Amino acid sequence: MNLSETQRITIEKHVETFLTKPGALLPLMHAIQDSLGYIPEDSYPIISSAYNLSIAEIHGFVTFYHHFRTSPSGKNILQVCRAESCQSMGSESIENYCKKVLGVDYHETSKDGVITLEPVYCLGNCACSPSVMMNDKVIGRVTPEKIDNIIKAVKQS
Amino acid sequence: MTYKIYIPIDSTALSLGANDVFYAITAEAKKRKIDLTVIRNGSRGLFWLEPLVEVETKSGRVAFGPVTTNDVEKLFDQEFYLGKEGVLFLGLTDDLHWLKNQERLTFARVGITDPLDINDYEKHAGFNGLRKAIELEPQLIVNEVTDSGLRGRGGAAFPTGIKWQTVLNTPSKTKYIVCNADEGDSGTFSDRMIMENDPFVLIEGMIIAGMAVGAEYGYIYLRSEYPDAQEVLNKAINIAKEKGFLGNNILSSGYNFDLEVTRAAGAYICGEETSLLESLEGKRGMVRYKPPLPAIEGLYGKPTAVNNVITLATVPIIMDKGASFYADFGMGRSKGTLPIQLAGNLKQTGLIEKAFGISLRELLYDFGGGSFTGNPIKAVQVGGPLGAFLPEGQFDTPLDYEKFSEINAVVGHGGIVAFDDTTDMAKMARYSFEFCAIESCGKCTPCRIGSTRGMEVIDKIKGGIDQDKNEKLLRDLGETMVNGSLCAMGGMTPFPVISALNFFPKDFGLEKKKA
Repeated sequence: MNLSETQRITIEKHVETFLTKPGALLPLMHAIQDSLGYIPEDSYPIISSAYNLSIAEIHGFVTFYHHFRTSPSGKNILQVCRAESCQSMGSESIENYCKKVLGVDYHETSKDGVITLEPVYCLGNCACSPSVMMNDKVIGRVTPEKIDNIIKAVKQS
Repeated sequence: MTYKIYIPIDSTALSLGANDVFYAITAEAKKRKIDLTVIRNGSRGLFWLEPLVEVETKSGRVAFGPVTTNDVEKLFDQEFYLGKEGVLFLGLTDDLHWLKNQERLTFARVGITDPLDINDYEKHAGFNGLRKAIELEPQLIVNEVTDSGLRGRGGAAFPTGIKWQTVLNTPSKTKYIVCNADEGDSGTFSDRMIMENDPFVLIEGMIIAGMAVGAEYGYIYLRSEYPDAQEVLNKAINIAKEKGFLGNNILSSGYNFDLEVTRAAGAYICGEETSLLESLEGKRGMVRYKPPLPAIEGLYGKPTAVNNVITLATVPIIMDKGASFYADFGMGRSKGTLPIQLAGNLKQTGLIEKAFGISLRELLYDFGGGSFTGNPIKAVQVGGPLGAFLPEGQFDTPLDYEKFSEINAVVGHGGIVAFDDTTDMAKMARYSFEFCAIESCGKCTPCRIGSTRGMEVIDKIKGGIDQDKNEKLLRDLGETMVNGSLCAMGGMTPFPVISALNFFPKDFGLEKKKA
């Protein structure tokens, strides 16, 4: 997979922005993923020569962090909390329900490309478990009905 | 005349629809031509009552909750904006049992003020600590923190004053303050609440830390799961800069300090301080060997004070009211107060700031009101995914670092998750290993391999395969991980596992043996 022209320009712009910043890789990768939705592996050579890092170092960095992805996600990301507090309030059934209605397992995207399902380990919303996060919005005390509404809302938008 | 209404903007309140309630209330007020001044305050921490709407009255703030959009018309019909009784009326907020029985020091302003109103912050004793610190020599600031008995609230409970003393004593032109805001423990949200609901107190604490140890730059390493906190912090930093609280020559004191927020990327291990520093440097978050201590060789090899959000946010009140004021709270060597977070299967969940010494039973039943499902509480996990599971028999243990340590448990970051009697504790133990396997940085063998082998051994025990042999193997593995791991990730994962095994052998299919 090769970079499109706009992808390449975006990546080069971000590479330039953080060139003199200490610890640049973290904000750089966020910037690339925020702009493109993922970090294309074809960006590594550009980063490598600009920052004097090996491709292996960059690959090692990106794959260490759960937040970063190297392939495109669906239009929306639904994160389901799997941590203890949510488990104590029945998150397992919410996990299973999401998988069933979307027809996917974790790290997969629904056939229509609308939602990617991801596990998450704590959203800090533990007082109102179980919780999920649709894109940047946390929803507490979720039930299958609430999941239906959340999915419906993003499908309509 | 205008009526003052408070609708929280905390992300848990938002997760229950506080924004929808805000829109519905403002729309209804417009329709009825009622002049409301709506303030988006932080949360008071009574999360089972969120969205909690408050009205200012002559006798104090009156609360209504939990409010849904369906209640809004009714609230207006009963003239709630006058503080009149009716549906969802809870009385004076400060008189609510939950709040009345707390000692809010670090959380003094949380839920009361508008998080981004710096004047409101100053009106409520904000920057008093900083102004006092400016008058003191760095050594005297460190002494004050040392004398207060404040210990690291992130979980390790290391004395903050000693850490700061080490950084102060280490000569270097460049030093750093790093705030660990990678609050990844399940059942904890006090860091998030401070950052979203009272961000200036964290900024103030970091400035004081910088003055004390001789650092002029700070980083807040914030988990990526907290986008709302990131937005609030960035806004607060800009406001503080405009007002001269950050930058060069702060309040004409001659001190310089600036800071930025760095967004993490979803690795639990980066809550471990050396892994966090690696990550800040733009590397994989691999744990470092200690020594050298970060206080001597930390970020980019420079002396660095790495402190948790709550630790730093507690410094301003210590500087303002004095070390002995703070040290008078608490018990034994656990001085001061702890922001406790009640979570999981409980009727009443939220934030309680109390002096050390309160028992779990008081927290679970007096504050928590028992389980949400109405079933008996089978176990609680204190201190996040690396904390032990405590059975009913240990509910009278007072919250105190040493008392918890005596029963092989940890207070940690003060998060308490309750589980009812439908919980399979062997499954929870297996999950502890699974979590460790997912989140291990992979540097040391006991954690990297032990976590996966641990899952397999639990599966064998549950499957009835060589139970005696495998139970022994599991305990042996636990010991290896505790003694042989590089950091708390591998070193503490056996705590929940072995406590589950000790107290709930039945769930592992080991019923007969335990008799």
